[in-house]
Amino acid sequence: MDFSVLLTDLPTLVAVIVGVPAVLAAYIVGGEYLVRRLPDKARPAVRPWIWVAPALALVAGFLVLPSIGTVITSFQDKHGNFVGLQNYATQLGGFPTGGAWIAIRDNLYWLIFYTLFVLAFGLLLAVLFDRVPYESVVKSLIFMPMAISSVATVIIWKFMYAYQPPGQPQTGTLNYLLNSVFHQDPRTWIQDTSPLLGLIPINNLALIGAAVWGIVGFSMVILSAALKGIPGDLLEAARVDGAGEITIFRRVIFPLMMPTVVVVGTTLVIFALKAFDTVYAMTAGNYETDVLANRMYKLLYFSNDNPGASAVAVILLVTVVPVLIFNLRQFRAVEARR
Amino acid sequence: MGVLVMHSVWFKRSLLLSFVAAFTIVACGGGGTPNAGSVKVMAQWTGDEQASFMAVMKPWTDSTGIKIEYEASRDQDALLTTRVAAGNPPDLAAAPSPTLLTNFAKQGKVVALDNIVDMTKLKAENAKTWLDLGAPTGDGKLYQIYSWVSLKGLIWYNPKNFQAKSYNIPNSWDSLVSLQGTIKSGGTTPWCIGLESGAASGWPGSDWVKEIVLSQAGPTVYDNWWQGKQKWNSPEIKQAWTTWGTILGPGGGNVYGGPKTMASTSFTDAGTPMFQTPPKCYMHNQASFITSFFKSANPSVVAGTDYNFFPLPDITPQYAGAHVVAGDAWSMFKDTPQARSMIKYLTTAAAQEIWVKRGGKISPNTKVSLDSYPDALSKSTAQILVNTKIGKYDAGDLMPADMKNAYWSAVLKFAADQTKLDTYLNDLDKIQATAYK
Repeated sequence: MDFSVLLTDLPTLVAVIVGVPAVLAAYIVGGEYLVRRLPDKARPAVRPWIWVAPALALVAGFLVLPSIGTVITSFQDKHGNFVGLQNYATQLGGFPTGGAWIAIRDNLYWLIFYTLFVLAFGLLLAVLFDRVPYESVVKSLIFMPMAISSVATVIIWKFMYAYQPPGQPQTGTLNYLLNSVFHQDPRTWIQDTSPLLGLIPINNLALIGAAVWGIVGFSMVILSAALKGIPGDLLEAARVDGAGEITIFRRVIFPLMMPTVVVVGTTLVIFALKAFDTVYAMTAGNYETDVLANRMYKLLYFSNDNPGASAVAVILLVTVVPVLIFNLRQFRAVEARR
Repeated sequence: MGVLVMHSVWFKRSLLLSFVAAFTIVACGGGGTPNAGSVKVMAQWTGDEQASFMAVMKPWTDSTGIKIEYEASRDQDALLTTRVAAGNPPDLAAAPSPTLLTNFAKQGKVVALDNIVDMTKLKAENAKTWLDLGAPTGDGKLYQIYSWVSLKGLIWYNPKNFQAKSYNIPNSWDSLVSLQGTIKSGGTTPWCIGLESGAASGWPGSDWVKEIVLSQAGPTVYDNWWQGKQKWNSPEIKQAWTTWGTILGPGGGNVYGGPKTMASTSFTDAGTPMFQTPPKCYMHNQASFITSFFKSANPSVVAGTDYNFFPLPDITPQYAGAHVVAGDAWSMFKDTPQARSMIKYLTTAAAQEIWVKRGGKISPNTKVSLDSYPDALSKSTAQILVNTKIGKYDAGDLMPADMKNAYWSAVLKFAADQTKLDTYLNDLDKIQATAYK
């Protein structure tokens, strides 16, 4: 990487290195100075706002205002004329394969299977590793994919899923196993739209699988921490009472972990609804693997259809917000119980 | 405990986020004015190609002292659109898809070049095709110049394999069709095709279709087609698809590995089964750049003896010598003296020759000597390009991005199942109805 370009614009460099801390310090000192001038009674009311204001300004400037702009755009045509719900009608018309429906269907797959797999594997790994002496080592290993960017994850999994015609040496790990261990013909994992067990198209599952591998460490670590928070004497009491390990997990451990499971689960639901990078890098939404976020990207940059993209964004936002509110409430409930 | 972990992660994240935001604000407010004597250039060349581009620019930077601030992106559509919308475009950009640049020209975001470059010299040294392509908005002004170009529709083959079976180079469409029949009856699939290309998957097949449209239905249909005035389900365009279908064979049976291999094989690897013993296929249609991928897959292969090409045979005699071409189009976003100097330099034969000599590029400038080409293959490509009677730019790249992406997707569907062609073409017509607005 050539960093010499940084030196071509020294004023900016100096402004960034010296300016940022200076501006922050000046703001705090200046704000505090102004608060001190106020009458004693007013100070407690004003001081919090001084500290919160920068964050509020950033949230307003980078989140609230653009969101309002997006909602407005979604009701307009390309030339800024009001068209009512027309953009939504385009996106939601043509059920089951027209408009955004393939993307909505696939987002549902992500919602169900991604959330389920990440939770299930995370819980399983947390509970099993809790009982082995080399716990920290294996947990670090499972957590490691979290450090890999999603695009790199996709490239790794493209190798895993690689396909060669039958009779040729299989270069993809999965097809190699399928061929040499199970003596089956290789499959095109990323392109095959045939449903597995009548539930989910194989290629959608392949995409979700790659994403699950990348994130499972996250749920494992948090669930493991929740597990460690369960008092040992509680489990001991259950054992003294004659409960088996499976009963203990079902009746004691799992209910106590439930609030954390719900918080992690809802966070994952939000991740699933926002799914983009895996799909963009793996198939770009081809072969019926599109998701809403990728559709929005395509409408915005390929079709120059800002209103259509805004409509998809609003649909996505409307779906995510209830989950988000539930997530925050649950988070607060867990917090209050501590 | 778990909550505590999460809490601190969130806290750290939000802290980080606010720092990033603060940095951005100060950085935006703090400056952004380029130092005198530099040009901001955006293109998609990285690695070896970037080195070649820098080699081209070296004589110019050495003599003028102007610095190049180079930015490379493979996702240029998105990046350039965002930068232009934000009022922060590069000074010059080279795009492989001129549609994007044409859109900016229509929006008045790029500078007309008529008064900047030496038009008389440009007209004397370049075929009319390139100047016409450079003035796409209809107001007669030049908005794009072509520094390097390439020829599509080259059928690559392995001369040793052809010799072993005493196959002859087909000189007409009929002899191509009969050759593929001969190869098929010999027990081998005639073609290697790979359609996988990440977000652009399908384009290698779209090359087939557009080459057939141009050679079969002629330049007028071709132009109307990419301009959105010729319906996809019109007889001419439909015939091009079914003609490609005869190449693929029923159920993709003429292609090595069939539809599954077509869909899952990257265009970069598609041609390599030609070099296996025994060969898995005999022919592969791709532009001239593919030779570098032949070499990286099999370092021992030699141009001329292990691989060679013939142009896709003419279909309709009336349109003989029609070829689909592509190129690197330059547009100017900011009219600075440095950018003017650079774009003038890029039109010269001397500049273009540097990359030609390094291999992989062909110059549209007739002043570049054929002796500059490093090997016999690129020389004969250049010769075909010079002798091209009807040169048309890659139709896909000229279509609006929406149309182009739908076209690529239709290619993927057609390769998998040719029987539903009418459905695909009707879907494309639906998109054609809105994409050009």
